[in-house]
Amino acid sequence: MLKDLFRPKQKYVTIRQREDDNGITFPEQLEKKELPDGLWIKCNQCNQMIYHKDLEKNLKVCPKCQYHFRIGAWERIEYLVDPGTFHELFANISSCDPLGFPEYQDKLNKFKKATGLNEGVVTGTAQLEGIPLAIGVMDFGFVGGSMGSALGERLVRLFEYAYNEDLPVITFAASGGARMQEGILSLMQMAATCQAVNRLAEKAILFISVLTDPTTGGVFASFASQGDINIAEPGALIGFAGARVIQQTTRQTLPPGFQRSEFLLEHGIIDLIVNRKELRSTLARLLRFHQRRKREIS
Amino acid sequence: MANGSNYSLDFEKPIKELEKRIEEIRIFAEEKQIDMSEEIQRIEAKAQHLRKEIYRSLTPWQKVQIARHPKRPTFLEYIDLIFTAFVELHGDRLFRDDPALVGGLAYFEEIPVTILGQQKGRDTKENIYRNFGMPHPEGYRKAIRLMKQAEKFGRPVITFVDVAGAFPGKEAEERGQGEAVAKAIMEMAALTVPTIVVVTGEGGSGGALAIGTGDRVLMLEHAYYSVISPEGCASILWKNAAEAPKAAEVLQLTADDLLALKVIDEIIPEPLGGAHTDLERTAAAIKKSLRKNLRELMAIDVKDLLELRYHKFRGIGRYVEE
Ligand SMILES: [Zn+2]
Repeated sequence: MLKDLFRPKQKYVTIRQREDDNGITFPEQLEKKELPDGLWIKCNQCNQMIYHKDLEKNLKVCPKCQYHFRIGAWERIEYLVDPGTFHELFANISSCDPLGFPEYQDKLNKFKKATGLNEGVVTGTAQLEGIPLAIGVMDFGFVGGSMGSALGERLVRLFEYAYNEDLPVITFAASGGARMQEGILSLMQMAATCQAVNRLAEKAILFISVLTDPTTGGVFASFASQGDINIAEPGALIGFAGARVIQQTTRQTLPPGFQRSEFLLEHGIIDLIVNRKELRSTLARLLRFHQRRKREIS
Repeated sequence: MANGSNYSLDFEKPIKELEKRIEEIRIFAEEKQIDMSEEIQRIEAKAQHLRKEIYRSLTPWQKVQIARHPKRPTFLEYIDLIFTAFVELHGDRLFRDDPALVGGLAYFEEIPVTILGQQKGRDTKENIYRNFGMPHPEGYRKAIRLMKQAEKFGRPVITFVDVAGAFPGKEAEERGQGEAVAKAIMEMAALTVPTIVVVTGEGGSGGALAIGTGDRVLMLEHAYYSVISPEGCASILWKNAAEAPKAAEVLQLTADDLLALKVIDEIIPEPLGGAHTDLERTAAAIKKSLRKNLRELMAIDVKDLLELRYHKFRGIGRYVEE
């Protein structure tokens, strides 16, 4: 509401951000329980003040400029699937510290406490407009959504579950890339997830990959770019190498909108861009296209 | 970029000093027409002893330096020593031929094979031409094309990995580098022919894995293979790229580390002083290892081969299951 803007001394929270070395911004965790009534949120893009309940009602999309705020895995599930249908799987798999990497265990503990998650992806089954599916949703809030052994294992099990149960799979990627703290073991998750995705072809199982802000590095360069259909939310940062590294290495000037969803669509890397508010209906429509089994060639 | 001829490994300095001393004595002996061969032999023995000592206990960072040595043998140098009748095949049929990734047909001891590898330049000019051995998306797509061709004709695929990392460039992103790497990983992992990977120098993250999902992964003794460069890791961890030697330790990127982690299957020994000191011997060692592994793989039924490969890469991660 425009008149809301002129309310005197209205309290608001801005989502503080910090940047990592790849120029990926990490918002501080935005959690419902930390926002008492009457709080206002400032849009990162248009600076509009949005009443937090309005923002949530709008699936955390700015009503004025359509900026898509980053959301956590559970919020995503809540926004997307039929209420009460989500059944979590593989939650018993979590990260260890296989290399004895400096500060890793502390970091894991810290993120577990801060997010209430025990890994950077939530996997399970659900229904979407009544259609059963396997779903994996990454959470950027958990160690930057980085893919280590446990995260990779959960995804591989999800793909294998979908294979065995003949279910379509939808994943939501949100990741800075491979989890450095597990070294080469993280790199190998790119191979493991790609293999698992590839097997779905044997049974003509649909895999839709939804790329959200941000999807970069080893996650983009593995399962997340290999959907039968690749969808992105508007304005999401999606790419392999970080913009800052590119600038430092090649001294190239990068065009505005570089590595954003619209850039990827233009360059033929994704199939479509879908607003979060349209995502549920679009996914349902795509799922329905694939409900009829493939005709056997005798 | 260091020039090959005067690039020196700092940890070899004591050896270099002894070699300089030997050279001085030689010149002196020649000038004065006196026999100093005994003294020379003594110092040579000392240098050799020192070299053995140093190479027995190389740090991970020292290995990284050897792996990056500008004289480190490249794919093209190995080809003629390991394979015969090589015919290079060019291009991805989509955009252009990427000179950073070389591929083609050859015989490995009478067996027709498809070979692929990243190709670094051997001087500045060639390095610019070959983008320092860092492929663009079209390089990975050429690799996919040649692998699928190999599959069609039932040829085993042998890849040589030596890449600093995926190329950070505007055009590479525009042409979908992430997608190209993923596709290469996926297609190679599903090939219905035996596949062998040899990590010969730098195993730089996604760029390496793109041609790295083979039935067997072999690795030269002083090569390294990592999710991130030691410099990159140090900048993130300690905000200082100069801490790279420390990062090389924690990343566990040496051949010994990777064998223990079951990421590789075999370590191929290098001559004392590194592969660049004796190309022929290094090539012979690679050939020996390839022969053994190729024989084993060719005896395995395709269905079993695919199952074994799937579980190989699926089983590397370490996690807790409660
Ligand atoms: Zn806005």
